[in-house]
Amino acid sequence: MLEFWTALIDPNLPFVRYAVITGLLASIPFGIIGTYVVVRRISYIAGAISHCILGGVGAGLYVQNAMGISWFGPLHGAIVVALLAAVILSLVSLFAKQREDSVIGALWAAGMGIGLLFLAKTPGYIDPMSYLFGNILLITKSDIFFVLALDVLVVGIIAVFYNTFLAICFDDEYAGLRGIHTHWFYLVLLCLTALTIVLLVRVVGIVMVIALLTLPAAIAGNFAHSVKQMMVLATLLCGIFILAGLSTSYSLDLPSGPVIIVIAAAFYLCVVVGMKFLSPRSS
Amino acid sequence: MNSTQAAIEISDVSFNYDGREILSEVNLSIWPFDSICIVGPNGGGKTTLMKLIIGLLTPKKGEVRLFGKRPDEARKLIGYVPQYAVYDKQFPISVKEVVCMGRLGNSVTGRYSRNDWNRTMDALKEVGLLEFAERSFSALSGGQRQRVLIARALASGGEILILDEPTANIDQESESHLFDLLKELNQRMTILMVTHDVGFASKFFKRIACVNRQVVIHPTSELTGELIKEMYGGDFRMIRHDHTCSREGHTHA
Repeated sequence: MLEFWTALIDPNLPFVRYAVITGLLASIPFGIIGTYVVVRRISYIAGAISHCILGGVGAGLYVQNAMGISWFGPLHGAIVVALLAAVILSLVSLFAKQREDSVIGALWAAGMGIGLLFLAKTPGYIDPMSYLFGNILLITKSDIFFVLALDVLVVGIIAVFYNTFLAICFDDEYAGLRGIHTHWFYLVLLCLTALTIVLLVRVVGIVMVIALLTLPAAIAGNFAHSVKQMMVLATLLCGIFILAGLSTSYSLDLPSGPVIIVIAAAFYLCVVVGMKFLSPRSS
Repeated sequence: MNSTQAAIEISDVSFNYDGREILSEVNLSIWPFDSICIVGPNGGGKTTLMKLIIGLLTPKKGEVRLFGKRPDEARKLIGYVPQYAVYDKQFPISVKEVVCMGRLGNSVTGRYSRNDWNRTMDALKEVGLLEFAERSFSALSGGQRQRVLIARALASGGEILILDEPTANIDQESESHLFDLLKELNQRMTILMVTHDVGFASKFFKRIACVNRQVVIHPTSELTGELIKEMYGGDFRMIRHDHTCSREGHTHA
């Protein structure tokens, strides 16, 4: 464990610092958006957006390498596709109430399929593993600006419209009766979720996004009395899991994404079991 | 408010859902300070009628007016109380946060002013739950949660209180509590309630609307005592209402 902290201050190993800074800054949108995903019960939608992102990553790499448009990269592709998926999913919830899960499933798989086809046609060998399972140690300085921008965006929008989002998650029918354009707010919530997931993909990879998005919030939900408290607690937990995961993976030479997830899941399991024994009421 | 104008005016309203006719040529006038109970068999159109009134559905034919306005223009006149059982029991929210939701829609961002919180506390006081303001909504009993939702409707400041099945799944004591509260609120509000529970209806409501594709109004005096005894063979509480409203079940004066 000690070598991780010495690596952190080693000027020759900037990627360790970038990973830690990104991880901690990213915990803020993860905790806030994760809370909404948990209380609104849309983790399946978050999963679909996450898997669609492979389509965007593939398209981005293809445009960059096969078409020679150098300014467009996998991150741009991921953002565009994630937002597109958010728009489609919010339309689906509006118009296809009964068949929503089928459409989500279709989007989920089609996004991945398209991504793999693009990767196959992109010249040179691209390892999809780092997108599927994440690698926070590949994070660069420019990623930190993306994280900072997302922090400002998520915290800003949620701080201003907190009550409105609370009402939409708790009782959107009533919010609509009070004259709130619930569909637009739901779309904004899904777009913020989509951007957060793009970032999550960098940290833990497409496959494990749902875990890092929902586990801290689900743990926090056992103790919080308000959504605000749940967000703060989820953010703290998320930061702790990322830091613990990074240092463990560095010390034991293991991939960081899976270590972060395993730590979060183990903690979640302990809390669930602990709550069961301590207070039979709140299971 | 102009007393000659109907609080709720439904004229020639028909509604189809997936090609099936739910309501046909419905006419109904509800006057200010009236208390009316909507009863009828499942699938008879009770909920549809209520959703047309609050503006969650729009009629295919005919029109609904609340104090002369379309439901979507008259949102601020309605205090709507949904069934408490539809809420997620694990949602982390306090009682006062739920009630203050009734003040939403008064500002663009949804931020609450001091006045909004004052109205919230007044509403909680009125339903007798002021000391529960900081409690978690999910920790309350069914009857208490029902009253929190009534407080939310009161905080919104409407003149028409609309309740969806408020007596479902609550105990006797809560029910009589609810009854007292509604009686008090009826002094200043028009009350409309959808229910299965005719026993409750006949104790309190001035009129009963039987909804089964069409709407027939009865003064409650017709439904109490003799008629109920005659139909059910005893003076017991009725939970289901299916027979009362069937076409052959009783004569419509």
